[in-house]
Amino acid sequence: MKISNLGHQVSRFQPSRRQFLVGAAATGVGFKLAFPARKALATEGTDPDPFDAYIQIAPDNTVTILSAHMDMGQGCYHGIATLVAEELEADWGQLVVEGGAGNTKYYGNLAWGGVAQGTGGSSAMFSSFDRYRRAGALARTMLMNAAAESWGVPAVEITAAKGVLSHASGKSATYGEMAEAAAQQPLPAEVTLKSRDQWQVIGSETFRRLDSGMKSTGRQDFTIDVKLPGMLTAVIAHPPLFGAKVKSFDASAAKAVKGVVDVVQVSRGVAVVAENTWAAMKGREALTVDWDESGAEKRGSAELLAEYKAALEKPGLVAANRGDAAAGIAGASKVIEATYEFPYLAHAGLEPLDAVAAMNGDTLEIWGGHQMPDLYQAVTAQIAGVTPDKVKLHVMKTGGGFGRRAVTDADIMVEVVETAKAIGWKAPVKLLWTREDDMKGGRYRPLFVHKVKVGLDAAGNIAGWDHRMIGQAILVGTPFESFAVKDGIDGTSVEGVNDTKYAIPAFRAEVTNAQTGVPVLWWRSVGHTHTAYVMETMIDEVARVGGRDPVELRRDLLKDHPKHLAVLNLVAEKANWGAAMPEGTYRGIVLHESFGTVVGAVADIKLNDPANPAAGFKVTKVTCAVDCGTAINPDQIRAQIEGGVGFGLGSVLHEELTLTNGLVDQANYDSYLPLRIEEMPVVETHIVPSENPPTGVGEPGVPVIGPAVANALAAATGQTVRILPFSKGVGV
Amino acid sequence: MKLSINGEVHDLDVDPEMPLLWAIRDIVGLTGTKFGCGMAQCGACTVHQDGIAIRSCVTPVSAAEGSEITTIEGVAGKEAEALQAAWTALDVPQCGYCQSGQIMSATALLQENPKPTDADIDAAMSGNLCRCATYQRIRAGIHDAAKAIG
Ligand code: FES
Ligand code: FES
Repeated sequence: MKISNLGHQVSRFQPSRRQFLVGAAATGVGFKLAFPARKALATEGTDPDPFDAYIQIAPDNTVTILSAHMDMGQGCYHGIATLVAEELEADWGQLVVEGGAGNTKYYGNLAWGGVAQGTGGSSAMFSSFDRYRRAGALARTMLMNAAAESWGVPAVEITAAKGVLSHASGKSATYGEMAEAAAQQPLPAEVTLKSRDQWQVIGSETFRRLDSGMKSTGRQDFTIDVKLPGMLTAVIAHPPLFGAKVKSFDASAAKAVKGVVDVVQVSRGVAVVAENTWAAMKGREALTVDWDESGAEKRGSAELLAEYKAALEKPGLVAANRGDAAAGIAGASKVIEATYEFPYLAHAGLEPLDAVAAMNGDTLEIWGGHQMPDLYQAVTAQIAGVTPDKVKLHVMKTGGGFGRRAVTDADIMVEVVETAKAIGWKAPVKLLWTREDDMKGGRYRPLFVHKVKVGLDAAGNIAGWDHRMIGQAILVGTPFESFAVKDGIDGTSVEGVNDTKYAIPAFRAEVTNAQTGVPVLWWRSVGHTHTAYVMETMIDEVARVGGRDPVELRRDLLKDHPKHLAVLNLVAEKANWGAAMPEGTYRGIVLHESFGTVVGAVADIKLNDPANPAAGFKVTKVTCAVDCGTAINPDQIRAQIEGGVGFGLGSVLHEELTLTNGLVDQANYDSYLPLRIEEMPVVETHIVPSENPPTGVGEPGVPVIGPAVANALAAATGQTVRILPFSKGVGV
Repeated sequence: MKLSINGEVHDLDVDPEMPLLWAIRDIVGLTGTKFGCGMAQCGACTVHQDGIAIRSCVTPVSAAEGSEITTIEGVAGKEAEALQAAWTALDVPQCGYCQSGQIMSATALLQENPKPTDADIDAAMSGNLCRCATYQRIRAGIHDAAKAIG
């Protein structure tokens, strides 16, 4: 069968090879995962049988949809249910969504060329838009064909609506009643998807999330809630310094704690295994471990910052070079120079890292936040000594994620399987990280420093822009290296700077990959967390210095980009940009594209004391406009923008993860400070109507809020905050 | 020791120092109450002790003896029902991990203050972190529930 409707499914990462190399760091052994060719998957293949891959219909008429993407709260299950329901003509009430895993051909992320299953880069809707509509349409066609056959009528006379098949003769059957016969039908050779004007579910405001009731009544199970007969709970003593290793340990006191069953060494520490969580924690307190710290990272944030700043004086890898930035700056009538500092940030999802492993017969079962299932399956199979097909992954919803559950060395999965193996597979093991383990466990948003020089001509136009960045590259040395690292430049370090849409004819960007022993990872919106901040505060500063209105300047610089202009104009209009502001209130505007989605934001702030900006401020309202292509679930788009703004605002106001002599200074939510309710502004989101393929919304709300607040504050004070978080230098 | 949870008395043989949270989750087996921090910083573990919202992660199980503990599984009454209906109608939860605690805190708030202002809500709910930052909808949900109760 031909796939007729995949025109837009071009991959955004072009894999340079057909094999996906799993990093040696994962298990100490380098090995390769062979994946089917991207070409066959994304452009020329056949649709899988929907009943094998995506849709299960039970006799009681329950429709279970198997999602290729993990839901960590961002609502992709809701989006996928919407796509299936539209074409399947299902009743919303009969739908259930579960995580699918273990078959790259079905679940490979099409934004990554289909070579691996994974959730990230705000790509779930992009990857799912055709796949799940086609699955729904194929399944409905097969149900109709089965009914036609069993009733002896032409298929075109069958109506499918709300989970019921019917015919003018009065015959009818639920999908559940016809499911078995439908599964026997041949796959239709062609299926036509509905046109947009026929949509009733996609774009609708009617349908609520399928999990809201469960999550409001405590019935939603997360990994931490998994219960298995005889299950033991483990906590691990990790080295206090990154890179330290176990030298020796004394388990006698730990083993004396009531309820402690075993104390075993694993590759990254010592696991205390007990009958319950409290016993495991008490056991760990009683444990003594001697660490070999010879190879450990002992520098603190202050040393790293000083080294980064010094390194920025030297040239880096050239990430963008248009025109002659140096000449433009040399001939400028005014030069703005600025250095920005961004701290390490922790994901700090409310459910700490956890996973459950059990060996059942010859099959290893793992419950967890399987954000990169193919990789986790391969890595854990090797530890357990089974083939990957003997690893069954149960994809759990997670209490947040923000990037932390997609780890290229499968950290928590490795730990739980090593622990279960070390106790001889004698019981299922739940491994739980405490909040402190989570906070001190690394995988942070990297520390970054930017140094920018912008030259303006006499008319205030940008004559040259020279931009240097330094920070750890997230993807170098990981299985994703071949996707996103080119000539040593990690796309996730420079995204948002090197690809700016602003018309700056003389523009140069350089990046230096810093080397430290502190593990880093993607953190909701990745490089954009710092690049948007620098770009958008600098553009505002250009406007200020040149005596231009910030919206007008952006309009000029984006005149060849209608999509960006439309978002900018919509947010300016909805926020009533240019209106007189009451005393003590100020506003800042930002426009930024990330993951194919363009977001504009106007942040309104109110000074605590109009006469004294140093007395602090409150962000009162944030007006946003977003173009994310086709709006599959408008209310979930608003929810993600609201959440992204809150998440991002917390990070710029208070969050920083610091190290002193290599030790992490923060341990819990008393010292690492996400946003709380009293700081949450009113967020108003406006969606630009679009017929383009959908892009993501899980991340793009995050990068805009920091610079929008900084620009509002600069409107009040004339000063841009360049050292984050704000709490370091401004009273908040 | 005897522990009354949601109207049912459980006979537990546990370390009296064990936090109530772990007794509820690991021993009694009710897992709607969540662990987020273990030090009264996030509110995910909020339960009611004789109708008062407490953080079960810092309450030794021995301190709960002789009182009536209500968890998300057992919370009932017009406030809780109105809140849960509003939460569903507004799609408040994202990941949902904090929401048991949010509902328990919001229920205690409405029982004491049937018509809270935004400032009242912020003050009462400040101890409940939501890393997904669903705060705007939490505020709206509490207002809607207050209205529905009348
Ligand atoms: S777990 Fe009790 S307040 Fe966080
Ligand atoms: S909904 Fe995710 S922490 Fe609140």
